[in-house]
Amino acid sequence: MKYSEGPEIRDTKAPSGPVEERWEKRKFSAKLVNPANKRKLNVIVVGTGLAGGSAAATLGELGYNVKSFCYQDSPRRAHSIAAQGGINAAKNYRGDGDSIYRLFYDTVKGGDFRSRESNVYRLAQVSVNIIDQAVAQGVPFAREYGGLLDTRSFGGAQVSRTFYARGQTGQQLLLGAYQALERQVAAGTVTMHTRHEMLDLIVADGRARGVIVRDMVTGEIERHLADAVVLATGGYGNVFFLSTNAKGCNTTAIWRAHERGAYFANPCYTQIHPTCIPVSGEYQSKLTLMSESLRNDGRVWVPLRMNDTRAPGDIPDEERDYYLERIYPAFGNLVPRDIASRAAKNVCDEGRGVGPGGLGVYLDFRDAIARLGRPAVEKKYGNLFEMYERITGENPYDVPMRIYPAVHYTMGGLWVDYDLQSTIPGLFVIGEANFSDHGANRLGASALMQGLADGYFVLPTTIGDYLAAGPFGDVDDEAVAEAEIRVRTKIDRLLAVNGTRTPDSFHRELGKLMWDYCGMERTEESLRKALERIPELRKEFWENVKVTGTNEELNQVLEKAGRVADFFDLAELMCLDALVRTESCGGHFRAESQDADGEALRDDEHFAHVSAWEYTASGEPVLHKEPLEYEYVKMTQRSYK
Amino acid sequence: MNLTLRVWRQSGRDDAGRMVTYQVEDVSPDMSFLEMLDVLNERLIVEGDDPIAFDHDCREGICGMCGMVINGVAHGEQRATTTCQLHMRHFEDGATITIEPWRAAPFPVVKDLVVDRSAFDRIIQAGGFVSVPAGSAPDAHSVPVRKEDADAAFDAATCIGCGACVAACPNGSASLFTAAKITHLGLLPQGQPERLSRAKAMVDQMDAEGFGGCTNTGECTAVCPKGIPLDAIAQMNSDYLKANTK
Ligand SMILES: Cc1cc2nc3c(=O)[nH]c(=O)nc-3n(C[C@H](O)[C@H](O)[C@H](O)COP(=O)(O)OP(=O)(O)OC[C@H]3O[C@@H](n4cnc5c(N)ncnc54)[C@H](O)[C@@H]3O)c2cc1C
Ligand code: SF4
Ligand code: FES
Repeated sequence: MKYSEGPEIRDTKAPSGPVEERWEKRKFSAKLVNPANKRKLNVIVVGTGLAGGSAAATLGELGYNVKSFCYQDSPRRAHSIAAQGGINAAKNYRGDGDSIYRLFYDTVKGGDFRSRESNVYRLAQVSVNIIDQAVAQGVPFAREYGGLLDTRSFGGAQVSRTFYARGQTGQQLLLGAYQALERQVAAGTVTMHTRHEMLDLIVADGRARGVIVRDMVTGEIERHLADAVVLATGGYGNVFFLSTNAKGCNTTAIWRAHERGAYFANPCYTQIHPTCIPVSGEYQSKLTLMSESLRNDGRVWVPLRMNDTRAPGDIPDEERDYYLERIYPAFGNLVPRDIASRAAKNVCDEGRGVGPGGLGVYLDFRDAIARLGRPAVEKKYGNLFEMYERITGENPYDVPMRIYPAVHYTMGGLWVDYDLQSTIPGLFVIGEANFSDHGANRLGASALMQGLADGYFVLPTTIGDYLAAGPFGDVDDEAVAEAEIRVRTKIDRLLAVNGTRTPDSFHRELGKLMWDYCGMERTEESLRKALERIPELRKEFWENVKVTGTNEELNQVLEKAGRVADFFDLAELMCLDALVRTESCGGHFRAESQDADGEALRDDEHFAHVSAWEYTASGEPVLHKEPLEYEYVKMTQRSYK
Repeated sequence: MNLTLRVWRQSGRDDAGRMVTYQVEDVSPDMSFLEMLDVLNERLIVEGDDPIAFDHDCREGICGMCGMVINGVAHGEQRATTTCQLHMRHFEDGATITIEPWRAAPFPVVKDLVVDRSAFDRIIQAGGFVSVPAGSAPDAHSVPVRKEDADAAFDAATCIGCGACVAACPNGSASLFTAAKITHLGLLPQGQPERLSRAKAMVDQMDAEGFGGCTNTGECTAVCPKGIPLDAIAQMNSDYLKANTK
């Protein structure tokens, strides 16, 4: 796949000066919207997860006229609901040395020096307000006997800054945002459109002015116009088919925006989560995450010997390899996700994996049960153990869990500036859908934090600065009609193929290809192979996919086919991005770039930049580099040894 | 395993609907119930038939999107389990399984096993929240909450809004769902100021949506995947009564 290089991105609109004052400065410089004007300003928010739900509720509360969209039957079902482990905040309630600066530092370092200092600092600052907001809404966080909030330490952090609600933190935070949203629906400031899928973005006179959506029950193609559009449509991990994401998670909204002119940043940065339940068969439809909090008490091991088929309980301690504790004595089982994932892959590649196909490692609670007693373990992890047993039929109190890495999160996404605005004026992107804060690797419990920081606090301020110049008047009819025709043409095309293979069968094949060639470990050879194979498969898709039924009905085959079609194009850009970035960093591991110990080796001289890709009609993307500078956190090679 | 499925098919709101029989072969006991349906649907698509429409998303028991009446029981006979978490190892080889949508007047069928549960959102709109604009909250530690209260509030707050309680109730009552939210917020200090008005508004909305009254049959809590207890309804009734006599 060919590409060319365009001008660098020099200005991200972040204020200058001391990092701790930048957000204050920006808030103060942002123009305010006259309260009387707010009702005349229309904002579309696509997505009702933590980011979109909190944004729509807050914008409604501020008095804007908001339309909110989601593909599920209720905004409460957005994928954020599934987050288990917790949410970070620099409250330092424990007095264990945490601070805004430390959370900032950990996030920049954890992101392997591929995120922006200004953005990350702001995230750490705002984190504190999120917990206050959530508690005031009635989010039932875990508490201690004194009535104060409990916290725990989470993958990669040496302080206890993760707030949680048993194993259902995402659910409780999302319900808080959902309830705030429904309150605005009742107040008439937000109009909710459930079972509506955004299929195109309307750009007129250089501004994002609306969306084309399909009513998933009737098939009606609708146009919705506004003064600004916010995308909060989540991550694209489902490009791998098997991931921990919900089945409906997709790239359609952001890919369409990309085609309309929004740059796509760092598409190759994917996070593989180390603790998921291994695949059990061909029919497997998704992978289930076991919260990483399990690594606080569970110990990861494999047999020392290759192809050891003994039951785990029959393998004595001296014949076990607690490889994380061995290789990383300082952090042990709590090393960051990418390191834990790759280490699991390595021991399985050595033939020491356990379970079907040798694609698994043990996560053992034997010692924790002996140390803390079964009731204590049950209290902490009961629901997770239950979930595991439900799926595998095995009881983790008696037999160690089997886990294997799975695709979990995408750090890449649409490029946004400090205001969370994309390269299309009036198009804002928040939550997992943007690329902004996690660099090449996200720390555990930081996605919930970012989604809510964007939605409750950052976007509502920065979008005001843009909207202060509005309302922007009538939208050019032709631009709207064009977008609508594009949508109809694509649907007609999908329905017309009438081939012999289901959309899922293509998706499965694409996913396998991505996992094998652009997964945990990438090489020039594997990526070139993928770039050769993806266009062939896409061609076959457009010649041989079978979509039953019509557009004018609830048609889940048609929905799926549309999403798979977009995954092909995204997959190609991911592989190209991974090919061009010849260094290893965070979740992106290029086998050619590792040190003597097999650790990821960054190349700061050539790659200390964000790769922002511009779409062109010719199909040949243009790469714009945004240089990254570190004034506060000194660039060092990450070491968890 | 080989199974016979009897599945409710209904092309749209106005179609009368009917049971249709399918044979599925080579089902693995490790498959989830929805994966078993995926395999059948893949076959139907290739054969040019309309696949069975059903709602699902997270497939891990938390989003509340899935839901079918399996052999007459909402979410199937396995206790405290959503349809998506149900695995085929709990069925006998050669069994016949009946699969139907939630049936309740306020949940009209959209297609096949997909129903419209928007009435639940409207019940929340009526008062299932604490009124607190973003940015106005005091420090999270300014109000301690007794651990017992926080834990009990959490237990009620785990409701996933799936609607199984309504489907199981002979009166089609939404009391368990509504009571779960009233109990969650009513147990926390943050929920006190709006406690009674909330209970009144939500219960009135529940009635306006056409859900039936509660006669304490307990069918709801028996099928509830999150084990929301019947006590919640007593709490709701007591708050509702207080609101009306105030
Ligand atoms: C199993 C699991 C566990 C996790 N645990 C944690 C954790 O413990 N801590 C943590 O910090 N993070 C965790 N994460 C990550 C975190 O949950 C997500 O990154 C975050 O919730 C994403 O929120 P969001 O609002 O950006 O998007 P989502 O919650 O994914 O919401 C996307 C929204 O967009 C809508 N949408 C998408 N496409 C369209 C379209 N075309 N048209 C209309 N609507 C559309 C959907 O309907 C939905 O409402 C976890 C993730 C997974 C998968
Ligand atoms: S109370 Fe239980 S059955 Fe009813 S909606 Fe909530 S989780 Fe579902
Ligand atoms: S699909 Fe989410 S609860 Fe079943």
